[in-house]
Amino acid sequence: MRCPMASETSFQQEFAIEGGDFNNAGRASSRLRNILKQIGISPLVIRRVSTASYEAEMNVVLYARRGTLSFMVTPEKITIVVEDEGQGIADIGLAMQEGYSTASREIREMGFGAGMGLPNIKKNADELEISSEVGLGTTVRFSVKI
Amino acid sequence: MILKDVVEKLGLKERTASEKLAVEVNGGYASDLLSDVLANAQPGNLWVTLQVHQNVVGVAVVRELAGIVIVNGREPDEETLKRAQEEGIPIMVTSLPTFDVVGRLYQLGVSRAPGR
Repeated sequence: MRCPMASETSFQQEFAIEGGDFNNAGRASSRLRNILKQIGISPLVIRRVSTASYEAEMNVVLYARRGTLSFMVTPEKITIVVEDEGQGIADIGLAMQEGYSTASREIREMGFGAGMGLPNIKKNADELEISSEVGLGTTVRFSVKI
Repeated sequence: MILKDVVEKLGLKERTASEKLAVEVNGGYASDLLSDVLANAQPGNLWVTLQVHQNVVGVAVVRELAGIVIVNGREPDEETLKRAQEEGIPIMVTSLPTFDVVGRLYQLGVSRAPGR
């Protein structure tokens, strides 16, 4: 099932993410990845998008109650928005520093919470915007040029 | 070198996706930090880790890794096996520790090479 990009102006979809649900963690990014493959996005762009979206999705699973991952593909770029209801980030500047983390011991034992998530997203994205309100939630929006 | 040769030469035990052993291994990455692997492992690399939970599969899928070697005689969780089978990610286990696995991989000529 190939849907040629040329005639499409955009393509978008949304997936739900549940906080703490490790059984399904990563599935939204996995589905996104399959869709990008089907519409013929280049492997390098797919890797950048899926690495960043996996990190953003895991942040919801690890730190929030629930959230959504939505994406939009235009002929120029792929934009991902991961929005959650959760604890929020008190100091985004600090959270962007490699190595900074508020993760619990349990999260660290699983190999997460090394303070690399947001920096990894930044590294793979061409544009990144984070907004957050403590006690309410966080929105991470990024895009990768095609 | 293909994954099947690595499995044979290191005496790894296959746990999932045995049908995928013809894949080329172009290098390796050893880490127990998932974000580190997401940031630094290259497509086609073999990943050596002691993590056994199911999120290792998601990481391997995202980074398009050749497979996962779980060290120190640890066994993947039930959910990990299910997910790896579903996603077609080969998981192998060994009683060797990470240091020894990596050393032997280097002896076989599998070193950390840049991905495609």
